[in-house]
Amino acid sequence: MRYESLRNAYGRQLAELGSIDQRITVLEADLGKSTMSCLFQAEYPQRYFQVGIAEQNMASIAAGLALTGKIPFINSFAVFASGRAYDQIRSSICIPGLNVRICGSSAGLSDFGDGKTHQSIDDIGIMRVLQNMTVLSPVDAVETRKMVNAMAEHDGPAYIRINRNELPVLTDEDAPYKIGQMTIMREGSDAVVFASGVMVSRSLDAAQLLQEQGISLRVVNVSTIKPLDAAALKECCRAVKAVVTAEEHSIHCGLGSAVAEALRKERIPIGFVGIRDLFGTSARSYDEILEHYGLTAQAVAEEVQDTLDLN
Amino acid sequence: MKYSHAAAALKKRSAVLRSHILDMMPPGKAGHLGGSCSIADVTAVLYFHHMNINEKDPKDPKRDRLVFSKGHAVLAQYAALVEIGYIDRKEISKIKSLGGVLQGHPDMKTPGIEAVTGSLGQGLSVSVGMALGLRMDGSRARVFTICGDGELAEGQIWEAAMTASVYKTDNITAVVDWNGIQSTGRLSEVFSIDRIAEKWESFGWHVIDIDGHDIPSIIDALEEADRITGKPAVILARTVKGKGFPFAEDSAAFHNAALDEQQFKAGREAVDQMMKEAKDEV
Ligand SMILES: Cc1ncc(C[n+]2csc(CCOP(=O)(O)OP(=O)(O)O)c2C)c(N)n1
Repeated sequence: MRYESLRNAYGRQLAELGSIDQRITVLEADLGKSTMSCLFQAEYPQRYFQVGIAEQNMASIAAGLALTGKIPFINSFAVFASGRAYDQIRSSICIPGLNVRICGSSAGLSDFGDGKTHQSIDDIGIMRVLQNMTVLSPVDAVETRKMVNAMAEHDGPAYIRINRNELPVLTDEDAPYKIGQMTIMREGSDAVVFASGVMVSRSLDAAQLLQEQGISLRVVNVSTIKPLDAAALKECCRAVKAVVTAEEHSIHCGLGSAVAEALRKERIPIGFVGIRDLFGTSARSYDEILEHYGLTAQAVAEEVQDTLDLN
Repeated sequence: MKYSHAAAALKKRSAVLRSHILDMMPPGKAGHLGGSCSIADVTAVLYFHHMNINEKDPKDPKRDRLVFSKGHAVLAQYAALVEIGYIDRKEISKIKSLGGVLQGHPDMKTPGIEAVTGSLGQGLSVSVGMALGLRMDGSRARVFTICGDGELAEGQIWEAAMTASVYKTDNITAVVDWNGIQSTGRLSEVFSIDRIAEKWESFGWHVIDIDGHDIPSIIDALEEADRITGKPAVILARTVKGKGFPFAEDSAAFHNAALDEQQFKAGREAVDQMMKEAKDEV
C-alpha cells in the first residue's frame, strides 16, 4: 500500500494550477507551512496574499477578489476556516454565490496532538448547512489533486477538507473525476457503507473482517458530501439490507446525517460510525485518537452487524 | 466659491435622495432612516460628481465601486441607483416586499449593488479584496466604502484596515459616517470609541476630517484622498444622524423605525423645503 500526503498534494496542485490560470489567487492566515499553500507562494508571490492571523478578514477579502473575477483559495485549519469565519463565508461569499474556494486543512482529528480547539469534528456540518456551498472530502492524495482542479473550474463556493497525515492511495490516477461522484471501492451484497476520508480505508478493512464471518459489505467512497447525489446513493443501496455511514466527524450534521436525509423515505435501517457529540482530545498518534473515538475497522464491522440485526 | 455651481446641483441631488428615502418609508413601514440620511450627502457627491460610472452598464469593468459596509443605510444607495437609472422608480414603493428588487439589506441581485453586506464589519475587507483584484489587473478603478462609527467596534474593520495598509491599497477610500450614534444610543454612552482619527492614523491610513454635510468639503476630501499614494485614505465625515428630517435629527429613535402619518407629512415638507432651497441656489 502506497501512502501519500494530502496536504502536499493540495499545495502542489495549487501551484500547478497557478501556472495554468492567472485568475488563481491564494490567501493565507499564517499557516502556509501547514496547509502547504506555501508551495503556491514560492512560485506566484504576486498572487499570494498573506493577510495575517485574521481568518474572517481573509474570507471577506476573498469575496472581494472573486467580485473582480479572481478565483481565490483561502487556507487555514479546518476549525478556523469553517467556524471562525462562518458569518463571513455565509454573508460575503455564499449569499452571492461567489467563486471562493475554502481549504480546511488539518481536518478531523488529523492534528491529533493539538486537542479540542484544533480538531474539526464539525466543519462538514457548518459548511453543509450553507446554501450554494459544495463540500468535498477527498479520500487520498490522488483524489485531492483532481478535486483541486475541479474546484478551479467549479461555479460557486466550495469547501475542501484536507487531512494532515499521509493516507493510503486508494484511487486510480487515470480514472476520470467530477464533483458529485461517488465511487464503489468494493462490491458487496448484504450491506453498504458510505464512507469519507480516512474512514474509507477503515471500511475496506471492515469488509475484510466481515467477509470472514460470511457478511458481504459494499464500500462506497462519498467524497462529495454536498451536493449529495440521491439517485446514485439509492443505486448504491440496491439489494442490500443495511446502510452504515462512516466519517471522521461528529455524527451530527455530517455525512451520516446527509445520507439519512437522502434515504429518509427508503425502508432500510441506517447505522452511524462517527464521533458521538464529543470534542476532540490530545493523543500521541493518529491511530490512537481514531481508536479512542471508535473510528476503526472493528467499529465499522460491528455497526454493520448491529444494523443488519435490525431487520 | 470654486465649486458653487457643482455644489448647488449636488445639494439638489441629495435632496432628491432624501425624497426617495422618505418614499421608501411610507407611514407604518420601518426603515433605517437615520443612517441613510446622515450619509446621503456623501452618497450624492460620490455618485453624481466623483465616481466614474457607466449609466448604461452597472457592470462596466472600468467602473468605480461603492460598497456600503454599513449595509442598513442602503436606502441612500438605492435612491442614487434609481436616479442613475439602474433601478426602476416603481421599485421604491416595493422595497422590502416579496418579489421586489430592493431587499432590506444590499443584495447582488440589485443592479448597482457591489457586495452583500448587512452583517456589519465585513464590507471593508470585501473592498480591500476588490482593490487588490483591480490592482492586479492594472485597472484604474477605485473602491469606496462607507462604514458606520458604531461599526468600528467590529474587529474585522481593523483587520481590513491593517491589510489595506500592509498592501498599500491606495485605490481604496473609506468614509466613516461619524454621526455619533449607533443603534441603541450615542456612542459616548453605549460604547465610547474615542480617538478615531488617531486609530486610523496608527493603522497606516491617511485621515481627512470633514463636515460630512458640506458638499464642497466632501468634494475636496475625495480629491485629496485620490492624491494620496502608497497608503489608503479614510474620510471621517462628521454627520448628523437623520439629517434633513428635523424630528429624526441627532436621535437614535429613528435608527430603524416606522414613521407615523404626522412624521411622514413633516418629512415631506422638509424635503420640499430642501428642494426649494437647492433650486434657488442653482
Ligand atoms: C454583525 C452585526 N451586528 C449587529 C447588527 C445590527 N445593527 C444594525 S445597524 C447597527 C448599528 C450601527 O451603528 P453605526 O455603524 O453607527 O451606523 P449608523 O448609526 O450610521 O446607522 C446594528 C447594531 C448588524 N447588522 N450586524
